[in-house]
Amino acid sequence: MLNCRQAAELMSQRQDRRLTRWERFGLRLHLWVCHGCRQFEQQLAFLRAACGAWMRHKE
Amino acid sequence: MDAGELQSLLAGMRPQLLRFARLQLRVDAAAEDAVQAALLAALEGAAGFAGAASARTWVFSILKNKIIDEMRRRRREPEVPAEESGEAVEELLFRADGHWAVPPSAWADPEASLEQRQFWAVFEACLDRLAPKPGRVFMMREFLGLETEEICKELGISTSNCWVLLHRARLGLRECLSLGWFEGGR
Repeated sequence: MLNCRQAAELMSQRQDRRLTRWERFGLRLHLWVCHGCRQFEQQLAFLRAACGAWMRHKE
Repeated sequence: MDAGELQSLLAGMRPQLLRFARLQLRVDAAAEDAVQAALLAALEGAAGFAGAASARTWVFSILKNKIIDEMRRRRREPEVPAEESGEAVEELLFRADGHWAVPPSAWADPEASLEQRQFWAVFEACLDRLAPKPGRVFMMREFLGLETEEICKELGISTSNCWVLLHRARLGLRECLSLGWFEGGR
């Protein structure tokens, strides 16, 4: 079972590469039981959206 | 768009361009140089613009290239010391057993923050506070729109190192926004 530190790392890498089937499975399992990591997942998505919004605002 | 209009548009953009370049290059003189070069290139190519929007987008794309050039040049300079690669962030945020030291709690209506000027001030301050190496890699990825492979090549680091740095930047930025904005800052 992944711990939060490993799960967070995979969620971050998911924005940069395609995770393996095994990694996706482990991550899904962890997210199922971990409320803090589910928040982190949403916040990571928000960070990316905010970066996009910031760039559009600049341009 | 005539030359006069373009000139005043570019003059108006200058502070914004500088802030963008400074965040990524961190050395004021280098940021000034990159912006200067981008503005000159834009003036030389003046004829091609139908309107202000396309000119603004174009100036930004020139500036992005100048910033990448500067980063490429720096790669040949001495390595940054270990403390600048932001290793501490994971040790701070996670306990030894891999659990969150403080588990992330929900952010209230984050999308609404995007409309608030004050949020962007905090956002930029947080970017500014990232350790130099993760910060640079993160901005190349998110703002200059480079793929991880390209970033590795530009900076001469391994792909896995690149992922680690990106992750540290995201952890740091998330933590900073959480403390500086979502948990009482606004």
